[in-house]
Amino acid sequence: MKRTITLTVNGTTYTRDVEPRTLLVHFLREELALTGTHIGCDTSQCGACTVLLNGNSIKSCTAFAVQADGGEITTIEGLAAEDGKLHPLQEGFWEEHGLQCGYCTPGMILSSEQLLQRNPNPSEEEIRKGIEGNLCRCTGYQNIVKAVQHAAKNSAAKA
Amino acid sequence: MGAISGMVGARIKRREDPRLITGNASYTDDFKFVNMSYAHFLRSDYAHARIKSIDTSAAKKHPGVLAVLTGEDLKGKAGEMVAVPFGANCIIPPHSAITSDKVRYVGEVVAVVIADDRATARDASELISVEYEELPAVVDIEEAAKGLPALVHDGIPNNIGATLEFGDAAKTKEAFANAEVIVEQRFNNQRLAPSPMEGRGCVAVWQKGEDALTLYTSTQIPHYTRTFLALTLSIPEHQVRVVAPEVGGGFGAKLNYYPEELVCAYAARKLGRPVKWSETRSESLASMIHGRGQIDYVRIAANKDGTILGIDITAYQDIGAYYQVLTACISALTGLMATGAYDMPAAYFKVYNVITNKVSTDAYRGAGRPEATYFIERIVTLLANELGMDQAEIRRKNFIPKEKFPFATPVGLTYDSGDYDIALDKALEMFDYANMQKMAADARANGRYVGIGMSSYSEVCGMGPSKGMFTSGGWESATLRFEKTGKATVFSGASPHGQGQETSFAQMVATEFGLDYNDVIVKHGDTGNTSYGLGTYGSRGTAVGGAALAMAIETVKEKARKIAASMLEASEEDVVFDTGKYTVKGAAGGKSVTIQEVVFRAYVNPFDGIEPGLESTRFFEPTNFTFPFGTHICAVEIDADTGEVKFLKYVAVDDVGNQINPLLVEGQVHGGLAQGIAQALYEEVVYDSDGQLVTGTLMDYTVPNATELPHFELGSTCTPSPVNPMGVKGVGEAGTIASTPCVVNALMDALINTGIKDIDMPLRPEKLWRAIHGK
Ligand code: FES
Ligand code: FES
Repeated sequence: MKRTITLTVNGTTYTRDVEPRTLLVHFLREELALTGTHIGCDTSQCGACTVLLNGNSIKSCTAFAVQADGGEITTIEGLAAEDGKLHPLQEGFWEEHGLQCGYCTPGMILSSEQLLQRNPNPSEEEIRKGIEGNLCRCTGYQNIVKAVQHAAKNSAAKA
Repeated sequence: MGAISGMVGARIKRREDPRLITGNASYTDDFKFVNMSYAHFLRSDYAHARIKSIDTSAAKKHPGVLAVLTGEDLKGKAGEMVAVPFGANCIIPPHSAITSDKVRYVGEVVAVVIADDRATARDASELISVEYEELPAVVDIEEAAKGLPALVHDGIPNNIGATLEFGDAAKTKEAFANAEVIVEQRFNNQRLAPSPMEGRGCVAVWQKGEDALTLYTSTQIPHYTRTFLALTLSIPEHQVRVVAPEVGGGFGAKLNYYPEELVCAYAARKLGRPVKWSETRSESLASMIHGRGQIDYVRIAANKDGTILGIDITAYQDIGAYYQVLTACISALTGLMATGAYDMPAAYFKVYNVITNKVSTDAYRGAGRPEATYFIERIVTLLANELGMDQAEIRRKNFIPKEKFPFATPVGLTYDSGDYDIALDKALEMFDYANMQKMAADARANGRYVGIGMSSYSEVCGMGPSKGMFTSGGWESATLRFEKTGKATVFSGASPHGQGQETSFAQMVATEFGLDYNDVIVKHGDTGNTSYGLGTYGSRGTAVGGAALAMAIETVKEKARKIAASMLEASEEDVVFDTGKYTVKGAAGGKSVTIQEVVFRAYVNPFDGIEPGLESTRFFEPTNFTFPFGTHICAVEIDADTGEVKFLKYVAVDDVGNQINPLLVEGQVHGGLAQGIAQALYEEVVYDSDGQLVTGTLMDYTVPNATELPHFELGSTCTPSPVNPMGVKGVGEAGTIASTPCVVNALMDALINTGIKDIDMPLRPEKLWRAIHGK
């Protein structure tokens, strides 16, 4: 018994029939081919699947697609400007070598986006706390912290 | 071959990153093919049991199911898994991709369901009924080595899959007889789960018209995987293509050939449909190889002045139920590095490779060297404590002196180059050692639990040469091809997965030819377009793969110069190349040709019997391994109320030889430190006495997050390696290897007044709290 849902992802509105048990992450990846959102676990620990739903970061492996019905979602694909200009966090991760294999990175960036929205000038400790739900196996986190600081500084300079 | 110059040192940010930070990179699970089906593997819930029967009939009838396969279905059609033997008495037990008689670890594959979609495959697998007769589980390594409580494989007496020895037993015995001091300790190097953030996964595509297989798989070794697929499925190797697209971390765990890869490939051919499988995290924790799992009984002999006379180790390596590709060799790497950074006259290492009812161990982040470094760096500190010596001084006193390199160790390796004092000095200075020691002593006098630990390591990497890796080869390949329009493409046989060689290799070519960096791209991870390569592991990407590229660069340069000479109507010796142009020596203001003009000429109108085209494929075989080294020092404080650990400072000084891109080197060190510290403090695979995996999800297995790791201060010294033309040593494992003993030494220093000499890792808050409160 499929259900019809309508949701806006990165500014585009989609209407689709989905099985109620479809997870949001599978919907994004398999229905909409937005494969930048990754899956790293099955217990909501890793944060690889983080997206923004109505401006709040959520783990898309822990929500059903039907729960997002009517909502607005931002995935990593929707973060750069239309003209391709990178988001300050994307710049930060690139500039500070905040990634290696890149698998955790989309989720890290979206969690950090939420963090900066709420606290535009976080301390190192606040950054570490802010990304505590996202695991990275490659970077040791230090350069991720620097990447977020870089973005905070640049966003502040522009504001 | 002369040294390649001018390519070293620029902190260039990575060209890999734009696609990765915008969600445009493709990992294995991102590939989709027309008519694609999904595999779901049914795995054993028991550690050790006889399979009495399997009934797949209900699953087969489930709508959307294409096939259900058991071990019986594969018999005679798909060969056994592949393992490299090592050691004189090594017994490799048979290992089928799908077991049919017995299960030997929780997570072993019992059947596979292929269906139209993921959910259906999973649903249907629940309809398979397997009747088991439970057998006693072999869990404890030392008990297992006595054959207790059962045998895992009938043909392996006492569950001992091999016994390896390094060094000289008699000489070591003598050293102990003459010693003034002997210190001994049992160390437990716990099992770890590699847990790359992207688990394993593959998509097998069978091209009917060509009788050819393409396997997209998250692997570190695409070429080996191709060979293994060819051998185990009887498909001619040139009809198999393996593609490792973006790989989300490997750390050694994807240096393997796994049953799921074989089964998906087999099913794709059988069904004529693409078959995809993506591992879940709980599958990963149960069935991807684990690392470590070694118990070491260590004795060290010394004189009262701190001079080390010898070391003697008896080790038990937990192999797990089967040998994976390199399982048999891992404990050998511990033996070969058993003397660490020290010059001692005698050493003896004996290890039992013990078969148990757990998933296999194999190469993981340092593979064998972290175990060696852990016990030697711990015992040297215990020896210093015993003698009332400073832990830096005892190290300095016993370091292999710089003049003695190349240095032959008593366990059979020859270290290439080293200057251990300079790394120690730098670390002591960065750490502000004397002041920090005073601070720690004062804090302890005030009842706080503050400690300082260090570790001075030497490790073996740059995996080659072939004579040291006789079962696999130790070389690497690279192709440099100039395209007609002056762009350059590098095809590397190494298969990086986060190390950044798309950047550093492009840097090398751009620098050598004076090209715009953006005019060079690097391809890897596809057996369809690269020469046979051995892959990325053991910090060999740059030390061996980069060296192959350096050779290809040299060859292309020579030919380009020939063409340039012809174009400039000069003799070859008179032509010089500088910043992208060839000119005639001494002919000031004279004619010149750009590299792009030379390239164009090479393709459209080569002169004088010169073979057209401009490309070269070269294979580099190093003459020896490389031996990076360094010293790490840290200060920690344990909260007496909670047992929690706070880092006051962490300094890492590593000497990895020349650095092509220091930014990438730092990144590698950071990641390694995270794992090494996590082994000391958090991570541990736990099986209960029935062989059940207790740490089966990330809720139970602690992969540390950002709040659990400190800020690192890095320094480096540079002692180039003589074994490759670039003088690089390799950096991937340095951080992991050095940090574990460094942190444990610091914690035991913080607890020095408790009289406790060792606590098994991980040193979680509860254990530290108990130590402090005597509970
Ligand atoms: S995949 Fe969602 S938290 Fe791990
Ligand atoms: S960059 Fe690999 S997991 Fe974070």
